Amino acid sequence: MSNGEIVESFVVPVHPHTVLAPEQNEGWNRLRQAYDEAAKIITDSGADLLIIYSTTWPSIIGHQLISDPNPEWVMVDHDFHELGSINYSFNIDAEFAELWNAENKARGLQSRCVNYQGFPIDVGSVVALTLLNPDNKIPAVIVSSNVYADRSETTVLAKACRDIVKKTGRKAVAITAMSLSNRMFTEHIDPKDDKIHSLKDDEWNRKILEFLGEGRLEDVGQLSRTIQQQIRVQKVVNFKPMWWLSAMNENRNNLTGNVLAYEAVHGAGCAVVNLNPTESGFGDKEYDEDNVEVFSGERGVLDSATKTQEPAQTTNGPALWEPTKAEGSVNTDSAPKPVGAYPHARRVGDLLYLSGVGPRQPGTNEIPGGPIHDQQGNPLNYDIKAQTQAVVDNISRILEEAGSSIDKVLDVTSFLVDMDRDFQGYNEVWAETLGKVGPTRTTLAIRALPTPIAVEMKVIASI
Amino acid sequence: MAQGEIVAGCLAPHPPHLVYAENPEQNEPVAEGGWEQLRWGYERLRESLSEIEYDAIVILSPHWQTYIGTHFLGLENFQSLSVDPIFPNLFRYHYDMNVDVELAQQIHDKAQDAGLAVKMMTNPDFRVDYGTITTGHMFRPQWDKPLVVISSNRSRAYYSVEVMQEMMMELGRVTREAILESGKKVVVLASNSLSHRHFTTESEIPEDMSKEHITSHAMHLWDMRIIDYMKSGQCQRIIDEMPEFTEQAIAETDGGAFTWLLSTLEVPNYPAILHGYGTIIGTGNAIVEWPVYKHKEA
Repeated sequence: MSNGEIVESFVVPVHPHTVLAPEQNEGWNRLRQAYDEAAKIITDSGADLLIIYSTTWPSIIGHQLISDPNPEWVMVDHDFHELGSINYSFNIDAEFAELWNAENKARGLQSRCVNYQGFPIDVGSVVALTLLNPDNKIPAVIVSSNVYADRSETTVLAKACRDIVKKTGRKAVAITAMSLSNRMFTEHIDPKDDKIHSLKDDEWNRKILEFLGEGRLEDVGQLSRTIQQQIRVQKVVNFKPMWWLSAMNENRNNLTGNVLAYEAVHGAGCAVVNLNPTESGFGDKEYDEDNVEVFSGERGVLDSATKTQEPAQTTNGPALWEPTKAEGSVNTDSAPKPVGAYPHARRVGDLLYLSGVGPRQPGTNEIPGGPIHDQQGNPLNYDIKAQTQAVVDNISRILEEAGSSIDKVLDVTSFLVDMDRDFQGYNEVWAETLGKVGPTRTTLAIRALPTPIAVEMKVIASI
Repeated sequence: MAQGEIVAGCLAPHPPHLVYAENPEQNEPVAEGGWEQLRWGYERLRESLSEIEYDAIVILSPHWQTYIGTHFLGLENFQSLSVDPIFPNLFRYHYDMNVDVELAQQIHDKAQDAGLAVKMMTNPDFRVDYGTITTGHMFRPQWDKPLVVISSNRSRAYYSVEVMQEMMMELGRVTREAILESGKKVVVLASNSLSHRHFTTESEIPEDMSKEHITSHAMHLWDMRIIDYMKSGQCQRIIDEMPEFTEQAIAETDGGAFTWLLSTLEVPNYPAILHGYGTIIGTGNAIVEWPVYKHKEA
């Protein structure tokens, strides 16, 4: 294998103001200057590839990669069309895109190369490439952001990319085109009046930038779901560019960070941040999520997905059963298979009684946060919060299959195998999820559960 | 000047798969066919309105997404190549469409007077969204009627379904007022699916119908419930249940088009005509007509 590497990483803003109208607002102009500084850092790094993960190119069918060697068109922003048009003609590394696409598929992802004349390159990519690579000297590759993808899919996408960077010996720059807080003013404003939409958004943005300035990229990645809930307009599932960028940097927390600018663009939080791989000495990771290597896909239309599901079925505890189908039973492929002869839920009148729900994942049988012991019974470190969140997600899927929803949960009995160790973490996730719904709750300590999990819940809900 | 009127309102979804499978000459990719139930539904809709005279089509598409108010196409003609950013393998369509700028400006002005944030789009390089193009083609492939194209203000994303509904009810009201004052006969189109949870994988042949079905039974139940309300003239119940529908069915009603449509029709209490229902990559799509011309007051 060659010695390719990520030589620099950047967070850059997506709005066209930095290209078309920097003179209209001092903050926009500072962002533009920071963009120019970033372009110089890239030139000085000797990079030979720019890799852009753009949040303004949403995709539904997996991820898409631009593989047109020279896409040309005129871009006009859907909201800020009055600022003008941006003509673009980019230098795309089609060969790298094809290799990355193939690696994505090998890792179970749905992936597609896009090489069609007139394909609309998204505003974030157009702005980033226009300013970071103004003379088109460095070839680029652009990948979409799947609206449904969660951490595992996004992480695998990055790992596939890293593999190709290494194999091809490239000196690559990883770039996320994104906003921090993305709440814009919903009315037209005078450019001179621009500011971050709210104090709360500003405070969160500054906390994110404090972390990034200390090189703590993985910490921001692990806060992604919280950040999404706090300061993001709910366009997509989760604040995922940080997952991608962190995985591109091997989920490190000790990079050397430098915030080049932070300003508002029509209320949204926009920053130019440089993350260099030089160790800064900061930031031990406080906890880890699953270090997933492949994605299992859905619907069984991908050969790679089918293959990757098979070995996982037998790794976490006793044999799996098909759910039983007595009258009133509710079963779904979106929940983990039972470990005995019972259904996922049973309906009686307007009430739903769920069988005990654990964190195992449907299809793969994997346990988010890790199993509590290995197959020989040796204890393992695990993440109770990830397990608890997965339990809640499985409950939600079963309820939705029954035509109910998580907000109709009435009563929960929770079982923990280690009350002293896990109650606090379990309780925190509860407070953020079911605690906001308000069911009655009983929490019990028990000796063991049938699979190597730490938490299980028994639920009664209404239809 | 005679008073204008809305002659019909339609729910007219925009999956590019329909254009792809229909193989019109404007679209570059060619399919073996597929999604016939919905394409036949569009045929029935076109036939149903074939004898009706009208001057313009007013359409609200969820794929011109604006976060700063509602925007209107403001130039008389747009022609370009529309490549779907999500399904570029299916939809690369050469379009040439005319805009009724006068009517667009009238709706814009009334919306502004009502306190809504609005903007006319006058950049000639602007590419019209593929939702508008798809619905425009499936509804009237001749492209011989001028359109008024209204963006989808994403107030649902910023606030809540309830706030979105308030704003879209108001936009629908002023749209209706402007149409009546214009003296024109108009068809109004809401270009959206019902339940809107997609599969995220695609079979090797996209039109392989053995792989096509709704993503979950719960989505199906919601779609049937909403269709029942439409067929039985209970549109107020749709408005009332829109928050739950939009959230639980992840419905494309979040773009506001459906609420806007019902508002332009004054929330009809007469039965709509269901011309077709089918799923596309897991989402639920209905083609529905409110034949206003049959329900004029005597």
